[in-house]
Amino acid sequence: MTNYNSSNIKTLEFDALIIGGGGSGMRASLELAKSGLKTAVVSKVFPTRSHTVSAQGGITCSIQSADPNDDWRWHMYDTVKGADYIGDQDAIEYLCSEGPKAVFELEHMGLPFSRFENGRIYQRPFGGQSKDYGKGGQAARTCAAADRTGHALLHTLYQNNVKEGTNFLNEWFAVDIVKNAKNEVTGVIAFSIEYGEVAYLKAQSTVMATGGAGRIYASTTNALINTGDGLAMALRAGYPAQDMEMWQFHPTGIYGAGSLVTEGCRGEGGYLINKDGERFMERYAPNVKDLAGRDVVARSMVLEILEGRGCGENNDHIYLKLDHLGADVLNAKLPGICELSRTFAHVDPIYEPIPVVPTCHYMMGGTPTNINGQAFNRIDGTDSIIPGLFAAGEAACVSVHGANRLGGNSLLDLVVFGRATGMFIQEDLKSGGGVKSADKDDIDNALDRLNTLNNSGSGYETAEVKKELQQCMQNYFGVFRRGEYMKKGLDELQEIREKVNQLHLKDKSNAFNTSRVEAIELQNLFEVAEATAIAAYSRDESRGAHARDDFPDRDDERWLCHSLYDPLSKTVSKRDVNFNPSEVEAFPPIVRTY
Amino acid sequence: MATNILEVNMYRYNPEEDKFPYIKQYQIEKPAKDIMVLDLLHLLKEQDESISYRRSCREGVCGSDGMNINGKNGLACITPISSVLKKNKIELRPLPGLPVIRDLVVDMTEFYAQYEKIKPFLQNSTTAPEQERLQSPEDRDKLDGLYECILCACCSTSCPSFWWNPDKFLGPAALLQAYRFLADTRDLKTNERLEDLSDPFSVYRCHGIMNCVNVCPKGLNPNKAIGKIKTMLLKDKKEIITTDGAMN
Repeated sequence: MTNYNSSNIKTLEFDALIIGGGGSGMRASLELAKSGLKTAVVSKVFPTRSHTVSAQGGITCSIQSADPNDDWRWHMYDTVKGADYIGDQDAIEYLCSEGPKAVFELEHMGLPFSRFENGRIYQRPFGGQSKDYGKGGQAARTCAAADRTGHALLHTLYQNNVKEGTNFLNEWFAVDIVKNAKNEVTGVIAFSIEYGEVAYLKAQSTVMATGGAGRIYASTTNALINTGDGLAMALRAGYPAQDMEMWQFHPTGIYGAGSLVTEGCRGEGGYLINKDGERFMERYAPNVKDLAGRDVVARSMVLEILEGRGCGENNDHIYLKLDHLGADVLNAKLPGICELSRTFAHVDPIYEPIPVVPTCHYMMGGTPTNINGQAFNRIDGTDSIIPGLFAAGEAACVSVHGANRLGGNSLLDLVVFGRATGMFIQEDLKSGGGVKSADKDDIDNALDRLNTLNNSGSGYETAEVKKELQQCMQNYFGVFRRGEYMKKGLDELQEIREKVNQLHLKDKSNAFNTSRVEAIELQNLFEVAEATAIAAYSRDESRGAHARDDFPDRDDERWLCHSLYDPLSKTVSKRDVNFNPSEVEAFPPIVRTY
Repeated sequence: MATNILEVNMYRYNPEEDKFPYIKQYQIEKPAKDIMVLDLLHLLKEQDESISYRRSCREGVCGSDGMNINGKNGLACITPISSVLKKNKIELRPLPGLPVIRDLVVDMTEFYAQYEKIKPFLQNSTTAPEQERLQSPEDRDKLDGLYECILCACCSTSCPSFWWNPDKFLGPAALLQAYRFLADTRDLKTNERLEDLSDPFSVYRCHGIMNCVNVCPKGLNPNKAIGKIKTMLLKDKKEIITTDGAMN
């Protein structure tokens, strides 16, 4: 194939470029479309196919509907505790205090929230929620549209972007960041999946809103498209990633299929049982039982299975019991779950329990940003803003989820920080911010990977190498981790790296060539997997979702900090956690029990 | 043919290589357990990487992988092969009625254009309250069966009226959404929305063939929604406003 270079591809120029058409990307674009800046959303799928659509249970926020006395500070306390104290408290304060505004805006845009009798938005209990800073019992703080909140939210955002005339580059795939000699980001190289046309999308501000990368694991609730493209592009450009060892395993993925079963099931009164029919969470979390933090519930389930009390022929899963709630509640509150269970587990939850198993669900780590969405690098021990680069949503690590995200906080993260990023870029560009240009060499460099792949004449097959990668991560970097096993995993990753560098793209055609997309996605997955592995091996303590057999305790003296992975040296350094919220006193770390 | 072999007949077309589309036959060992059509496609793509299809969530909520499976539109990811196999054979074609980009991938521009035409967003120019606009659970219930649409296009591309007038007849998917906003007590543009639908084509080309209801992978009923729109079009528009007015 012909080599692409700066003189044979076209340039499309924008003020702001948003990579990713999920919740955070479309919330940012909505803000920018209204401002009159020339904005484009680049999405590898039609926006409503983005993974936000799969979110079920809801969006957690103290809108004081279920409880008129609810307080965003209580939500903040829960989030800080849920994060096992390495969430940045200034960011969490912003998330929880701005949240109600962002949720009411969604309602005004038309999001079809479920309702209470008084006409206000329905809220349900979720794990890790409390009243009065953990002293007032279980709270019900998760705003829901039945169990299809993500679908309702994503479609509402798309609809409002249609209303505002947002410019979409649908089924365009971003390949690599273009950066200039000053290390500023000036846009991306991308191609149209439909026609294969390659272009330099030039922008003063580039937002990575590319979501998570759950596909680094063999078993995940994530969509097939969750391949960490934005984070991988940033890593390849030499920018760091934060807290990459922190991966959430959701307690209830459907056994065998991986599809998510919302925590809302337990919020509505469902509970987990082992093969003896015992409600075992009473032993692990005597106070809140099945509504403990997700990391706690997932580990308890794995322990039950390891100790021989798993369900089924092979004692390798757990049952989620819902039938006692009755057909009326299930049909009204959890209709999507009933549908998924029938399709993928072949059980009807109205009569039988759903077989579930902890399944990779969410990436707490990501490109480090401040609350304006500005990505930063670490230079000589201080944070240094990367001009032109932003990140929001799951792709970013701002960090509000720390070592463990609370259920319902990801949708809130999307809208609050998508919105904040959009607002900041607007102000920034109007006051002369933004980056200028890259020269020919910079553009050519960013085209390297695409050219190499297009010219591959022999090598490894994408599907095979992907399976190897996913199995390696599943085996050595799952719910429980141990140094010696992770070392083995790291060695395996080195071999996989060689193969990833030598993928063979047999099909060189241009029209809707999904093999080209999948090869690049695999390279992206690898970058994220490697960052995960190195960060996990480095953190020799247990905290939140990162549970080490060989270091079972939390070690605040050494590790009450973020891990920062540098892709150039492949090493991990430490970065302070923010304990300086502006309106409230910081919550100091205490022992985390439920 | 041996009973442990599946025969898959797939519509293939690559505009750069093929003058005309053709059906290619694949044979594949029947998997030990029942799998979804999408999983079958993944297996075939491992054999032949040139096969192209859309997919994302693989659980029936994103609407990417609508296709024609043994003559009926559906989502590949939630269609078990056991439910469609006929004598160990399965035929996969792109959604009918839209231009084919490649293999099982269709150009959905026209489908999305019809969706945009119905102004698929809440219109309420009154000053928004500090908190949410109130809506009773009964009023909210009116949106059930409407808002769940995933825009997979299985319905519209199974509709002969849409095949005939894809530019003028809105099609079941867009009409379902048109009714979703007509039924929302928070939306105040009922008159204008009805006005936009009152020409001879937009709604009235629906002849109640019901293919849309038959194929919807989410179990929705566009035909019923279209019936309700027709009823609203017949009623005095002012009366509709007073009975369906928003709570605030």
